[in-house]
Amino acid sequence: MTTSTLTPDAVSYVCTTVRNRSAIELDNSKTYLIEARLAPVAKQNGFASIDELIQAVKNKGRLGLESQLVEAMTTNETSFFRDLHPFEALRKTVLPAIRTKNAALKSLNIWSAACSTGQEIYSVAMHIREHFPERASWKVQLIGTDLSDEVLAKAKAAKFTHFEVNRGLPAALLVKHFQRQGTLWELCPEIRNMATFTKLNLIERWPALPRMDIVFLRNVLIYFSPETKRMILENIRKVMAPQGVLFLGAAETTMGLDAHFERIQSDNGVFYRLK
Amino acid sequence: MHALIIDDSRAMRRILRRIVEPMGFNVLEAEHGQQGLDQLQQRINAVDLILVDWNMPVMDGLQFVEALRSDKTIPHISVVMVTTETEPAQMARALMAGVDEFVMKPFTAEVLIEKLQLIGVTIGNPICR
Repeated sequence: MTTSTLTPDAVSYVCTTVRNRSAIELDNSKTYLIEARLAPVAKQNGFASIDELIQAVKNKGRLGLESQLVEAMTTNETSFFRDLHPFEALRKTVLPAIRTKNAALKSLNIWSAACSTGQEIYSVAMHIREHFPERASWKVQLIGTDLSDEVLAKAKAAKFTHFEVNRGLPAALLVKHFQRQGTLWELCPEIRNMATFTKLNLIERWPALPRMDIVFLRNVLIYFSPETKRMILENIRKVMAPQGVLFLGAAETTMGLDAHFERIQSDNGVFYRLK
Repeated sequence: MHALIIDDSRAMRRILRRIVEPMGFNVLEAEHGQQGLDQLQQRINAVDLILVDWNMPVMDGLQFVEALRSDKTIPHISVVMVTTETEPAQMARALMAGVDEFVMKPFTAEVLIEKLQLIGVTIGNPICR
């Protein structure tokens, strides 16, 4: 299969389609990413090259091809306990505060807002299991959403490859919460059933969500224009509980975008709390 | 700061060396567990991190860790097992014996670095005691 350098027209078409369907901003500098992500899609659909795939999407010759292209370009890298510091902040600062704040309500709602294949929300589930004994008597809802049906199906299945469990997952949690099935590792029902998954595109109309105490939106805003970032942050605010906590990626901030959040440093971790 | 790499494969020792040297470690090498123990006895207090394979001749990785943890003259040293062993019961056994983390082969440099971060070892700051 040939994966020759894409024509500028093809790159431009992919960027425009992805922007229109997801509001994610790509440009010519991301040609390598387009090639890496679309080569498997072209192969799976029997095209000899990515250019042929893009031509078929343009001609609208096959149902669902455009969605496959958009999904392939918007699936973010993820891993268990990615970056570590947010999970330390969760354990040391955020959960103790919620334990007090929600003591009467006895409820805890956490949202992974671009959950990809589920590693983030399942990391939260394992964390809650280990560090939040109140879960036994509280109503705890962990919700993962993504715009891609394909990644949501994988998240729900909760089966991970050798490479996926090798990344970031402490060995003690691997042997405690996973069963090996051939080449895959399956998360035990006790953790898997703590999380639910729903399709949600951050720039389209959202389904009903419970009032969120904690939102993970890490390494998502970086893909959007400033106007779209503002819109997403405003919508997220509307579903957050008073003094709700937002985790962003290390290179992201609410500063200059939304004045309703205050930046809180917790050791090496940072989160944003609703004022 | 020293890292002791114990693996009967010279190629694997070289791969591991290339990952941890840029983190600030001076690397010591051993071809099996007994050689690793001998290295440690010669340099008590000098080794801060051990990367050890499981399946090796003479003394395997599990036997090495059991001997290491039962020798009270040797202070606690972080041990990461880098292995093809992926049987959960076996992994649990090694954790009980005193292994701090696992990296399953094959792996990338990123995977090893993330696992080292889990046990408090970071790039440019290889402090693990």
